[in-house]
Amino acid sequence: MARANLLSSTIRLLDGPQTLGRGRPFWTSFALVLVLACAYPMFADGYDVGNNVYFFNWVFMALGLSLIWGYGGTLSFGQTAFFGVAGYSYGVISTNFGDAYGLTLVALIASVAAAALFSAVLGYFLFFGRISGVFLGIVTLSVTLVLERFMAQTAGPEWQVGTARLNGYNGMGGMPSLTIPWFGGDIVLFPDVQLYYCTLALLVACYLGLRLLVNSRFGNVLVAIRENPQRAEMLGYDIRVYQLVAFVIGSALAGLSGVLYTSWGNYITPASMGMTAAALPIVWVAVGGRSDLTTTLIGTLIVLGGFQALTIHGSQYALVVMGVLLVLTVLIAPRGLVFSLGALAGGMFRRKTAGRE
Amino acid sequence: MAILQTRDLNKWFGGLHVTGGVDFALEDGEIHCLIGPNGAGKSTLFRLFLGEHLPTSGQIFYQGEDITKAKPFERIRRGISVKFQVPGIFKALSVRQNLQIALQHHRLPEELDEEIDRLLEFLKLTDARYQLAGNLSHGQKQWLEIGMAVALRPRLLLLDEPTAGMTPDETAATGEMVQELNRDGVTVLAVEHDMAFVRQIAHRVTVLHFGKIFAQGTIDEIVSDERVAAIYLGDAHA
Ligand SMILES: Nc1ncnc2c1ncn2[C@@H]1O[C@H](COP(=O)(O)OP(=O)(O)OP(=O)(O)O)[C@@H](O)[C@H]1O
Ligand SMILES: [Mg+2]
Repeated sequence: MARANLLSSTIRLLDGPQTLGRGRPFWTSFALVLVLACAYPMFADGYDVGNNVYFFNWVFMALGLSLIWGYGGTLSFGQTAFFGVAGYSYGVISTNFGDAYGLTLVALIASVAAAALFSAVLGYFLFFGRISGVFLGIVTLSVTLVLERFMAQTAGPEWQVGTARLNGYNGMGGMPSLTIPWFGGDIVLFPDVQLYYCTLALLVACYLGLRLLVNSRFGNVLVAIRENPQRAEMLGYDIRVYQLVAFVIGSALAGLSGVLYTSWGNYITPASMGMTAAALPIVWVAVGGRSDLTTTLIGTLIVLGGFQALTIHGSQYALVVMGVLLVLTVLIAPRGLVFSLGALAGGMFRRKTAGRE
Repeated sequence: MAILQTRDLNKWFGGLHVTGGVDFALEDGEIHCLIGPNGAGKSTLFRLFLGEHLPTSGQIFYQGEDITKAKPFERIRRGISVKFQVPGIFKALSVRQNLQIALQHHRLPEELDEEIDRLLEFLKLTDARYQLAGNLSHGQKQWLEIGMAVALRPRLLLLDEPTAGMTPDETAATGEMVQELNRDGVTVLAVEHDMAFVRQIAHRVTVLHFGKIFAQGTIDEIVSDERVAAIYLGDAHA
């Protein structure tokens, strides 16, 4: 009985009002996409599959930004700062401790925790200091750029943590890939099919977990703060705490992206925190539709794919295209292109079914 | 006993003295109306009570405790609740979600749904429950915001122009609701321009003029006070 209750309330949270995709049609498509995603490695070359994990790596950061910005109403330019903190932490820890006994997984957890802790300290001063709006954007961007500058000047041999050289602007390399201890011998997650499935599973877990979160009581208050912080406070909520928690969760997801990216390519550079890098998550999330997890996810994958295609085909204008895309989104569909299309399709579907009844 | 009391409360906005040495006592269990011409400082006084503005000088006591420096959400948790002059509802969320957010803090999860439905019924918003709050009529928005304020089960309810933009029927219903809440022990302080409404609900009336308490008494005493009539001359609401 109690278990049935738990199940029904979980389903309710998964399917709640703060997420655009709802009901049977949505979950059917969701299952279909998941099946396709699972089947994909069977029809593709392992090398390509491993390379394409790259796209998944970024989505965690985008979902985190959707939580902070789209749901919480706080535009943070700091996602790549936490990406970098976690990425470098992973590099330092895993280089020093190696990849035996599942130690890379410990490094993963410790690195994400480092990003979360850093964001908690920064967020505390921001939210409890009542810094908001454009100033919060400026402060978070500054932190990102300071970190980039700092890491860029670590070229000298004195910048060494244990056995890990930070290596300045050239970036840090040679850290081990994530490794799962297994009975018949460790599974090393090289960019290959195994890494693909692991990252996919992690992505689905994060996506569903965030759906639960945004439709929970916490999520209700978070969107209330986005809509009208004063009113939310006048309902008795300490809005600073809610904003801080959302900021830490979103930043930790950026940290997870950082670790996955670093482990995937065995490489991280200060440029991953630079101006361009810091602006890109904003583009992905805004173009998709920041106020919804699903549109953020779809938008991020589409924009990343498009960006990749442009760069591969030798266009030097990929970044310009990104800029234009952002401007167009803001002008034509301020809530996001995927979001607007989704709302349109949803409306049409509802009208169709309504006509049938 | 006074549930809310101020001592020599002052608020300056730059060179503007918006609250001028107010000594005000709100008795526990009364319905008190605050009237005064536009710009008299009524809403500012509310914001001082709520902690949204901090006074330049003076003190505020709630149930005998000094709350002058308390944060707004702390005051709300102690039992103060407010309906703002401009409805502060969550426009992009559904009516139901608006009420849920107001209610969830004070209710167990298992009674929440039932409670939301009751409140929807009470506010006559059941049919509009899945509409976005921003698409409601002005009167309905007022209702919703009053509903959210009431949902907190306050001991002290502050209403800033609750009936503005309402039809006469809605106004009368609001009056009845306020009286019913009051019978259940809620103290009410309402800013109102509609004198018929004030007459319907108020036990006592305070007139605010240029940020100072100008007169205080029953509605009959206030209406027959020539000085009060004088400050309202030329004011459309008189
Ligand atoms: N934040 C502020 N900064 C500067 N001046 C302010 C501020 N808030 C209010 N005022 C000024 O204080 C005075 C009183 O405003 P208040 O809103 O309290 O009046 P009110 O009695 O509620 O008027 P109304 O009946 O029009 O609602 C006005 O002259 C207003 O312009
Ligand atoms: Mg006012």
